[in-house]
Order: sequence, then C-alpha cells, then structure tokens
Amino acid sequence: MSLLNKGLKNKTMNYFVNEKGYYGDFGGAYIPEMLYPNVEELRQNYLKIIDDEDFQKEFHQLLKDYVGRPSPLYLARRLSQKYNANIFLKREDLNHTGAHKINNAVGQILLAERLGKKRIIAETGAGQHGVATATVCALRGLECVVYMGEVDIQRQAPNVARMKMLGAKVVPATSGSKTLKDATNEAMRDWINNPVDTHYIIGSVVGPHPYPDMIATFQSIISEETKKQLIEQTGNDQPDYVLACVGGGSNAMGMFYHFIDDEKVKLIAVEAGGKGVDSGFSAATTVLGKEGVLHGSRSILMQTEDGQVVEPHSISAGLDYPGVGPQHAHLFKTGRGQYVSITDDESLQAGLLLTQMEGIIPAIESAHALAYLEKMNFKGGENVVVCLSGRGDKDMDTYMKYFGL
Amino acid sequence: MNRIKKLFQEKKDILSIYYTAGYPNLGDTVAIAEELERSGADLLEIGFPYSDPVADGPVIQASSKQALDNGMDLKTLFAQLKDLRKTVSIPVLLMGYVNPMLQFGVENFCKACAEVGVDGCIVPDLPMVEYEELYSPVFAKYDLSNIFLVTPQTSEERIRKIDGLSNGFVYLISSSATTGKNLQVSDTTEAYFARIASMKLNNPTMIGFGISSKETFDKACKYANGAIIGTAFVKSLSADDVQASVKQFMKEFTL
Ligand SMILES: Cc1ncc(COP(=O)(O)O)c(C=O)c1O
Repeated sequence: MSLLNKGLKNKTMNYFVNEKGYYGDFGGAYIPEMLYPNVEELRQNYLKIIDDEDFQKEFHQLLKDYVGRPSPLYLARRLSQKYNANIFLKREDLNHTGAHKINNAVGQILLAERLGKKRIIAETGAGQHGVATATVCALRGLECVVYMGEVDIQRQAPNVARMKMLGAKVVPATSGSKTLKDATNEAMRDWINNPVDTHYIIGSVVGPHPYPDMIATFQSIISEETKKQLIEQTGNDQPDYVLACVGGGSNAMGMFYHFIDDEKVKLIAVEAGGKGVDSGFSAATTVLGKEGVLHGSRSILMQTEDGQVVEPHSISAGLDYPGVGPQHAHLFKTGRGQYVSITDDESLQAGLLLTQMEGIIPAIESAHALAYLEKMNFKGGENVVVCLSGRGDKDMDTYMKYFGL
Repeated sequence: MNRIKKLFQEKKDILSIYYTAGYPNLGDTVAIAEELERSGADLLEIGFPYSDPVADGPVIQASSKQALDNGMDLKTLFAQLKDLRKTVSIPVLLMGYVNPMLQFGVENFCKACAEVGVDGCIVPDLPMVEYEELYSPVFAKYDLSNIFLVTPQTSEERIRKIDGLSNGFVYLISSSATTGKNLQVSDTTEAYFARIASMKLNNPTMIGFGISSKETFDKACKYANGAIIGTAFVKSLSADDVQASVKQFMKEFTL
C-alpha cells in the first residue's frame, strides 16, 4: 500500500499491526519454541495466501452462498424510537451457524488447506466458534477436535450437541476455571503435541502474531458491508457510533475495522462486567487488567501482582475471558476506543428488551452491546450501529431460568 | 567462573533435575535442592509456578497449581533462596513463564537471581527477538545464562542463531511435546540428535522432556552432555517425607 493513499497521508497514529507483529506496545509472539515453526509458517504465508485472487474468490463465494452474506443492516425502528437515535443492527446472528464466528472459520479453513494441513483444532467458549469450526471441517472433510471448558459444556449444551453431530470431537478442559482460557491452554498443548499436520483455528483476535491481524482481516467483512449498507440506507457511510461486545474482541474488531482510521466515528467496546466490576466476579479486562502476556501476546489481562491470571466471570460464556486481543489493548491505551462494561443483569434485560421490541432473541454476548444503549444520551438523529454478533438459541436455558419463563 | 560453564567443563553425563518451587509443601524448595545435591544431581532447574503453563503436561500443571495454592510467588521464592548458597553448590536455574517475570520486572528479577546465587533462567515463552533486543544486556549485567529450547522442527538457521545467543547450554526437546510424555527413541529422534551433534555447536547440549528413568537418561547421554528429568521426579515427591522421596528417586542414578 502506498503511503500516499488517502487517509494514510496525515495519519499520526497507526492502529494496525506493524512489521514486527506489534500494535504499539502490544502483540508479538510469546510462544514456546515448540509452537514456533507453525506460527512462523503462518506468519510468512498468511498475507500471501489471503491476497491471492483464487483465495479471495473462494472466500467470498463461500461467504455469499454458504454463510449467507451480506448480513442485513437492519434499522430497528422501535428501539430507535426508544433511544432517540437511528439504531442499526448488523445482523451477524443471521449467518449460517448463528454468529460472526463463521467468517473467521471459513477464512482459516481455506488457509489451512493451502498450508496442506489435515487436522484442525479449536478452542471455544460459548460454543459458537466450536460449531463454526466443526461446520467448516465437515464442509471440507477435515478432522476436527474442539476444546471446551467443562463449565461451558454445561451452560452451552445445544452447541456441544451440534459439534458432535457435525463430527467433531469435543474435549473438556478441566483445569483452572474450566472456561475459555483453559480451553485455549488445552488447544495450545494439543498443537505442541501435533506439530506437523495440524492447524489451530483460534476463534478470536488473540494469540501470537499473526493471529490477531489475520482474524481481524477475516472479520473485517462486517464493517466493509456496513459502510456500503449505510450509504444505501442513509447516504452517509460515517455513523456516529459503532458498538460491539468484547470477549477476545473479534466481532468488535470486525465491526471497527474500516472505521478505525476515521476518527469521527466513535468506537465503543463493551466488556462483561459480570456481577459488577468490583464484585470479584467480572470479566471487565480493561478496568481490572494490567499489561502482561497471555496466550502468546502482550496485551491487557486480569492478573495478580505476581502475574498469575485471574479467573474471570461472566454469565456469557463467550465473554468469560481474562484478556483482550492486543489491537484492543492498543485502541484502549491510545483512547481511540472507549471501553465500557455491562453487568450480567443488564445484559439479560437488554436481551429481553430486544426480543420483545424487535422480535430478535440475541446471544447474551451481543446483549451486552445492546445494553450500553441504555447508558448513552443521544441528542436525536445520530446513526448508531450495534454489532448483533450472534443469536440467542444457545442461551435459551439461561434466559428461561433468569426470567422464570 | 560461571557455575554452569564450569560444570560442563568438568563433567559428562550431567544429571539435571526439574522441580516446582513450593511443591509439595510451600517450604520444601531449599530442602529439595539440598537433598538433590547430596543424592548426586549435577544441576537444578527450579520452576516458578504460573497459572497457565501451556508447555506443560498434567503432572507439572498440577504441581504448579498446588504451589500457587500453597502461596508460592516470586517474592516468596527469592526469600526462600536467600541462603541457598550456604548449603547448595551445584548450579541452579530458574524456569518459568514470562508473565510473572515481567510483572516482577526483568531487571529486578535478574538482580534477585544474582543476589541469591541463581545462575540462569529458562523462560520458554520469552521470544528470542525480545530477549535479544531488550533483555540480553540485563542478563549479561548480572552474569546470568539464558537457556533456549530447540525441537526436532527447529531449522538449522535458527539453531545457529540460538547457539550464538546462548551462554550455558542448549536445551534439546526430545520431541515436540508438552512435558511428561515418555521418550521414545525412534529412528527419527536418533537422526535429530545426530543432526544436532554434527552441527558442532559452541554450547553444550542437554536433552529434556520424556526422560524418566536411568535407562532413558543413559540413552539421552549418548547424544548430549546430559539430560533433564522433570515430570518423573515431580511425580515421585511425597508431601509427607519429601527428603526420603528424593533419596528414593535418586537411588538408581547413584548406583
Ligand atoms: C455471539 C458471540 N458474540 C461474541 C463473542 C465474543 O467473542 P469476540 O469478542 O471474539 O467477538 C462470542 C464468543 O463466543 C459469541 O459467541
């Protein structure tokens, strides 16, 4: 890309990855030597593969015919009235398999094939990434092993059943908090023990470089489409705000991507406050965390003074993670993004509200982003895009219990 | 002279033992070191525990968790090692993951190592580039060795680079695996060890991961200056009588 490209000319801050794999102070590849050959192979090849015409053609064809993209940008009328702003929902929940996770899974499976890999592993929290990975493995006839925390296996049972039916082996992670962090540890151990023909499809913008950049690139389809759809619907591709929930941060990074260099667009990232940020049961990483290294990159993570990772809490399995991706850490530290949090209770209420005002049952993860609308004061007429990252089918049990339905 | 360099000059078939600090009981760290030296160990690797040890199998994961539950942290560890050199004379390395070290501060960490008489470190997830650009001057200032790992998949070019940055020994991982898998010396591992030997590295080599007995130790010593036992030793420790369990484990090596 030429430095004379519009937009880059006057840019003082780089929000994207540099040639060393860093976003400002964050990123890098903090991995044991056993993982180096695989991660290095990926680093040397991912841009070449993704930029290849044949890859692009196949990727976009699958996104269209298999995933069902473009996903609609829906102007939620009753919600807009309530909040006195134009609330647009980017409907990632309507994707095949029910969340944004499939965008990345499709991209990575095509990449894995081009690297000659025969076996796929993944970690999953809510099970959406596990289902997406199991789905693309079924589609391409590759062996699939998914690691999932024991606690999550229980609270996201429908997704476990789906993965099994899709032919994946679901392995419970029984260490630590038995949630997403521990599933990620187990997947990394699997990759160490299977160094030759396995590709690890990480599900969020975390992990050693080049994963965060690669996954953000695959998810950037979300904001690419949103810009086009905003032009069609409003004549203006610059919304005032975009909002997304943050677990590791992949739907948020996809939602932010093409708006990052346009400082007029405010980026709001919603973390899981759990039972409240001061309750000891929270996953609000940017509030509670400090700089450190987890899962292969330098970022912000919840940890003790001694550098031991603290076990997070969120009612939503997909946000129950003690870190954020390094690009989020950079957006947070530079102030480009505003990082806020929403409690378990607030998210469930927002989930019910969307269901009863718009007829859409959202994933509890996505409901965190929706809940923040309640805390914003709109003047009237602002254009606001919320990433509806997934649908709520997997969460019915939690909703039913909470509301006594 | 640095204790590690001296050891490799003077001895062959070096037996190195890994164990987790603060396990099985918080206060066992130094007692285990003393007993290991008495029982014939040549080199010690004391693990400082981390909540998310991705390169470790179930046994060392469990010992790390127990150590953390016992209250072990880096501050406690350095306090325990304060008088280490009054009773232990063999070289000692600290082994652990990068995050606790970063939170302690790399300079503080190196300084504390030097003060208690620790000779070097093994930090598997500290990237070579970061070490080279940021930390090698600090390690040098405190005369600490930094030990790098090499696996069967590590390229020759990278091994040369590692050898150039190493000052102690190069740690050969027997096969790409988390800790605690049994060493199977197949034709391919033999070819790997032979390939490394033929590279005539500047640094001596030690083989680790999967060495569990005198038999596997002897095999490994055919290809390197010595070998490292971790999981099998940790597994053998008994909380009730740590010294006796150390003695028992070391028996077959001193026959
Ligand atoms: C519907 C949905 N939204 C959001 C997330 C959080 O992940 P990320 O922050 O990577 O988008 C998940 C994770 O499982 C999810 O299933």
